[in-house]
Amino acid sequence: MDPVLTSHVREPRGATLDAYVGRGGYEGLRKALGLAPAQVIDMVKASGLRGRGGAGFPTGMKWQFVPKDSPRPKYLCCNADESEPGTFKDHVLMERNPHLLFEGCLIGCYAIGAKVAYIYIRGEFSHVQRVLEAEIEAARAKGYLGKNIFGSGFDCEIYAHRGAGAYEAGEESALLESLEGKRAQPRLRPPFPAVVGLYGCPTAINNVETLCNVPLILTNGPEWFASLGPEKNGGPKLYCISGHVEKPGVYETSMHVTIRELIDKYGGGIRGGRTLKAVIPGGSSTPVILPDQIDAQASFDGLVKAGSMLGSAAIIVMDDTTCMVWLAENLMHFYRHESCGKCTPCREGTDWLLKILRRIERGEGTMRDIDLLADVASNIGGKTLCPFGDAAVAPVLSTIQHFRAEYEAHVREGRCTCPADWRAM
Amino acid sequence: MSFHPEMRYESGMHVSQRELRPDGEPFAFTPANRDRLEQIATHYPAEHRRSAVIPALYIVQEQQGYVSAPAIRHVAEVIGCTPAEVDDVVTYYAMFFRQPVGKYVVQVCRTLSCALRGAERVTAEISKTLGISVGETDPTGTFTLMEMECLGACDRAPVVMVNNEHWHECQAPEDAGRLLESLKASGEAALTGCHLEVERD
Ligand SMILES: Cc1cc2nc3c(=O)[nH]c(=O)nc-3n(C[C@H](O)[C@H](O)[C@H](O)COP(=O)(O)O)c2cc1C
Ligand code: FES
Repeated sequence: MDPVLTSHVREPRGATLDAYVGRGGYEGLRKALGLAPAQVIDMVKASGLRGRGGAGFPTGMKWQFVPKDSPRPKYLCCNADESEPGTFKDHVLMERNPHLLFEGCLIGCYAIGAKVAYIYIRGEFSHVQRVLEAEIEAARAKGYLGKNIFGSGFDCEIYAHRGAGAYEAGEESALLESLEGKRAQPRLRPPFPAVVGLYGCPTAINNVETLCNVPLILTNGPEWFASLGPEKNGGPKLYCISGHVEKPGVYETSMHVTIRELIDKYGGGIRGGRTLKAVIPGGSSTPVILPDQIDAQASFDGLVKAGSMLGSAAIIVMDDTTCMVWLAENLMHFYRHESCGKCTPCREGTDWLLKILRRIERGEGTMRDIDLLADVASNIGGKTLCPFGDAAVAPVLSTIQHFRAEYEAHVREGRCTCPADWRAM
Repeated sequence: MSFHPEMRYESGMHVSQRELRPDGEPFAFTPANRDRLEQIATHYPAEHRRSAVIPALYIVQEQQGYVSAPAIRHVAEVIGCTPAEVDDVVTYYAMFFRQPVGKYVVQVCRTLSCALRGAERVTAEISKTLGISVGETDPTGTFTLMEMECLGACDRAPVVMVNNEHWHECQAPEDAGRLLESLKASGEAALTGCHLEVERD
């Protein structure tokens, strides 16, 4: 499949408004403004577009949940927090194709009846904020946003809001809290943000890549979009490949692709001709899969079949030098650091899991510790306000499931049995 | 109380780490910074000025390098909320410094994709060169070494960020000591920046 989202990202000055309009940009918005909002939602529903932020929820349906007759203002929030470990696709779109995102935001606002969109960028993306703000000004100066867009009577503003370093701010209800100037901690649901969201008003929250697909659906039609991928997994998809491959990077293709093709064809194969040990297919929150599972289709449904998830399509590749206990410890450090502290099982449990993993990795663990890990993990998963808890235990549980022998060897031999020269030992 | 029968609360458990810090110098925004903040506050409905707390704290940090107790009180006054509400935000987000830091805060990404490509060795090398541990500032006040979690640049691993803002990609562990020297000599110009930004025009 030829790239459509990223086709122009390598062009110098390709991110400017002139370049974007020159390649037919903002035509999707023009078309949308000629339709009724409900017709726009119907088109997005017909395309089968599923959210690219992690859960794969149908976007058209999400928009439909926003009440039409609310007396309160409505909001669209674009989730540009991009902090799932292994994920680095959204900032490519924002830096190199920002007007595509704005067009998607404007169409989304029109569809749900919002007049303001906030793009919530993660704190570490200050250069991205500068790009977005400059391009927002350029678009406003030419009347692509602001008052009475294209003479249609539709008013809409877009603001880039930057967080300050918190993974949990990517969780949709925590994102709203953060945008309201509070700690990024999740809210109890229901009510769902579609009904009670930002400032207590109906709100749609969509990922950057999701919104970037919307203008394409308007210009090329829902059938075109659906035909790009397997059934129920249509459209173009960005994959982030990192870890032990020759050519890490962001690659765009359809969801017909398999994990094997992504590693070998796009990622250039395993670094230094070594052998593959395990793959995390959808960001650190998704269970690891083994080399005999990599013929799985890298689609929402294909990876569920393989016992994992597409998540944010962040493929982290590990070669045979990687210790799986070390991997679990590394990721548990992340989750312990990022736990927002609201739910006790997650706040205390991640800390405890990290301590157990550390002692096993150092060779000070016992066989019972391995069972204790599984037991503590099962007291976190499903017992928290947001899916962070499930995410945090996925690496531990899946490495114990597939590599229990490696955990046992650490205990038996009293040392890390798989040290690597790229670690500080 | 613990949520698991085998869980004991020992010292070193993950309990509240709230501590009172010395007050520091009095703080007020410069008029230009105050104007910038008011401009940003127009992005939010007037009754939700609190949304501008994070931008306000960034401006504090730009102005005085870290966020002190007087600054927290000043932000609360300007925004129209309580100092506790501002403190809540400062203590939660990783990018706010609650004490003075070195001229260059060197933040090494430690998460999986960077670690697989040698991030642990980058940190060890910098730590050895400066003779300080993670979280410390060197005696000259030039460098503070920190670890951070995934920056969203895993294809350019290992990555380093300086002063919350400036990216440095593909840092080979064996050259990490040299990075410090070039930072000292030429400041942030020594860093590669984000390749997407650099190749833009
Ligand atoms: C802990 C946690 C972190 C998340 N981080 C992100 C993120 O960084 N970016 C993102 O788009 N979605 C993230 N999500 C998913 C969002 O909650 C939400 O599902 C998504 O933004 C919805 O957009 P979509 O329907 O377009 O995918 C996260 C979820 C959880 C539980
Ligand atoms: S793991 Fe370091 S940038 Fe993602």
